[in-house]
Amino acid sequence: MLKRTGRQARLVLRRIQKNKNPFVFSYGVTPAQKWIAGRKRREKQFKFFGFISIALSALFLGSLILNILGNGYSAFTRVQLYIPIEFSKEILDPEGTNDPAVLSKADYRKLVRNGLLYLFPADMPRAQKFELYALVSKAGYYQLCEMVINDPSLVGRRGELWLPAASNVDMFIKRHSLKSEIGISHYKVSTRQFSMLKELIDKERLRKVFNRQFFTGGDSQEPEQAGILGSFIGSLFTIFVCIAVAFPLGVATALYLEEFAKENWLTDLIEININNLAAVPSIIYGLLGLSIYINILGMPRSSTLVGGLVLALLVMPVIVIATRNALRAVPHSVRYAALAMGANPVQVAMHHTFIYALPGIMTGVILSIARALGETSPLLLIGMVAFLTDIPKTITDPATTLPVQVYLWTNNPEFGFVENTAAAIIVLLFVLVVINALAAWVRQRFEIKW
Amino acid sequence: MKFTPVSPPNTGPSINRPPVSGSFLMLSVTALAVFFMPGIAHARDKIHIVGSSTVYPFATTVAEEFGNTTDFASPIVESSGTGGGLKLFCSGVGDDFPDIANASRAIKDSERGQCEKNGVKDVTEIKIGYDGIVLANAKKSFQFDLTKEQIFNALAKKVVKDGALVANPYKNWNEIDPSLPAEKIEVYGPPTTSGTRDAFVELVMEKACVGLAEFKAAFPDDDARKKECHLIREDGHYIEAGENDNLIVQKLRSNEHALGIFGYSFLEQNADAVHGAKISGVAPAYAAIADGSYSISRPLFIYVKNAHIGSVPGLAEFAEEFVSEKAAGDEGYLAVKGLISLPKAELVEMEKRVAALSSAAKSN
Repeated sequence: MLKRTGRQARLVLRRIQKNKNPFVFSYGVTPAQKWIAGRKRREKQFKFFGFISIALSALFLGSLILNILGNGYSAFTRVQLYIPIEFSKEILDPEGTNDPAVLSKADYRKLVRNGLLYLFPADMPRAQKFELYALVSKAGYYQLCEMVINDPSLVGRRGELWLPAASNVDMFIKRHSLKSEIGISHYKVSTRQFSMLKELIDKERLRKVFNRQFFTGGDSQEPEQAGILGSFIGSLFTIFVCIAVAFPLGVATALYLEEFAKENWLTDLIEININNLAAVPSIIYGLLGLSIYINILGMPRSSTLVGGLVLALLVMPVIVIATRNALRAVPHSVRYAALAMGANPVQVAMHHTFIYALPGIMTGVILSIARALGETSPLLLIGMVAFLTDIPKTITDPATTLPVQVYLWTNNPEFGFVENTAAAIIVLLFVLVVINALAAWVRQRFEIKW
Repeated sequence: MKFTPVSPPNTGPSINRPPVSGSFLMLSVTALAVFFMPGIAHARDKIHIVGSSTVYPFATTVAEEFGNTTDFASPIVESSGTGGGLKLFCSGVGDDFPDIANASRAIKDSERGQCEKNGVKDVTEIKIGYDGIVLANAKKSFQFDLTKEQIFNALAKKVVKDGALVANPYKNWNEIDPSLPAEKIEVYGPPTTSGTRDAFVELVMEKACVGLAEFKAAFPDDDARKKECHLIREDGHYIEAGENDNLIVQKLRSNEHALGIFGYSFLEQNADAVHGAKISGVAPAYAAIADGSYSISRPLFIYVKNAHIGSVPGLAEFAEEFVSEKAAGDEGYLAVKGLISLPKAELVEMEKRVAALSSAAKSN
């Protein structure tokens, strides 16, 4: 193709050299016309390929997001069952001690089972009873236990309560049409359970509510009990430590290199190294963190402190590069003007150059937060891939982060974790979109055009 | 970029001093303080567990139950793989080292040596149950009934054909045995880093192969022969599908000609879509794995560091919970999660072992 273009072009050129009009030719189509037609064709082809590649990427992204939304939307609601509960003294605290230790060891399962039997009083065989019991989640027992511990005066009273349904029942009610029995085995719901659930629906003892547990709970092995708050707080702490370390160190490095350092082989070497560090695979920083922070400095394993410090190493080169670019964009006239007014170099840098570069620096910092938020692999090595039911309270507590939580849930065999995983991805994507929008807004709002 | 001051430096306080530089300095100070903080002393109130990803779902379930029903905090459970977990476990005694290691195989002598070298003298081995390994395919298609020899012939790198040792020539199942379907051999399974793969090659490949006369002739040394028997073909008929068993199950849902190798609990959770191949006529089911008639199963262990009992709160109680009837019994909550429970006598034996541990702690 290119060769032919060359030949056509040469023919045109030769005619021009001979002082002849290249567009007028003694026969048929002139070389110039051919040349231009070819060029137009290639232009069209190029545009077409460009369009195809954009359409393909839009398709991939669209199907990914649709898939995640389709899997995850249902995790934001929960199915609850309205069960009569008698906080019977015989079961909870037969000796009337009112001692929390006794109350916490009591068999709360029994309270729920009695309530269910009260709703379905017909005599049934043992196996069928167990199918009935399986409708309510284990989380319901913990909920009752907590209620009684908080308010021991409940013992001996009775009432009706909304308790969470078991994970498979939850998924079944949310995703099945409930019109026929087709497909109920997919949710591990038996025919008898199906008719029991229908009866509960008819009696208005079944409802869907907003899934608060998902946003206020820690990790759990029961899908209906698992929440993202623990990993979300872990992510916040990690980012806090990361930025508290990387921002001042990175900005100070960039300011010094850009405004004060002499240009010699040493600063050149440092500059080359910083640029290369930005491209080092993140798992290597995890190894570094393991050997330095945990093994040498003895910081607590699995903690957000170590996680944040590792991520600080990871994003510092990015911050240095962004800051240097922002500083370079500040025109020299600003520095000269400040010097002329009698400012010393430190004042010039801190009061003028740095301030003017701040919007650019902030954009860089916000984008590096987004990067740190999505990292998983360095955290594997420092023990942040762990099962934790508690919400971290300080930066030395063990914790996980949102992407790690996603990774952990994908490894669980239970069906219910599919929707939890997708919902956690939705939350993570939402946070990332907000952060990127913030970066764009800061750039728009504060950027100074010279 | 360098500047030399053109007037004497202004040392007095500037009038319009922007507030940023002040907070910036403060930030730097905090950052440096965090950065150079010396080793932070931390007393531990939580049990720290590391190890096998196969035991992980069981250990976490016990951990959660333990945290919910006792006054102790929920233990931290890390999924690091059996080898990685035991390495950490054996690195020493003290708050910085894990209290329990989960393992999907028994501890090796070399690992025991490592432990002793680092002062971890007394370790209690507790068997918590069994895990079956299944070969499964989509329910829509043929249920396989295989012998270990047939599996070996389908997956090994080298097989015996017409009395000679050759690179695996089998492409379809019916070439191995006419009773098997005329379908391409296509098996998704775990990669070499996985404990499930280790167990699979030991329980199936090795059993079918070490006794073969041709292998004996070619590799008279026992260890070399075992190694050779463990090799799985790399010509596209065995596909390594990563550590995530859910991915393998998904593949089987979409590709009805393929088989997958994974843990029994995943078969149970996906029983609507896949069924397990019978091994020598025995289908993988809870009872068959528990009584040993289904032959591809392996024991799971936890290892407890004796020296930590008494110093880490709740450690003995946690071990008690793990082997209690309520957890590890055949109607316990771990059985619901897919753990094959120990025979009654063995469970009682384990309970005794743990009781001895905690009473030793109390007498100290």
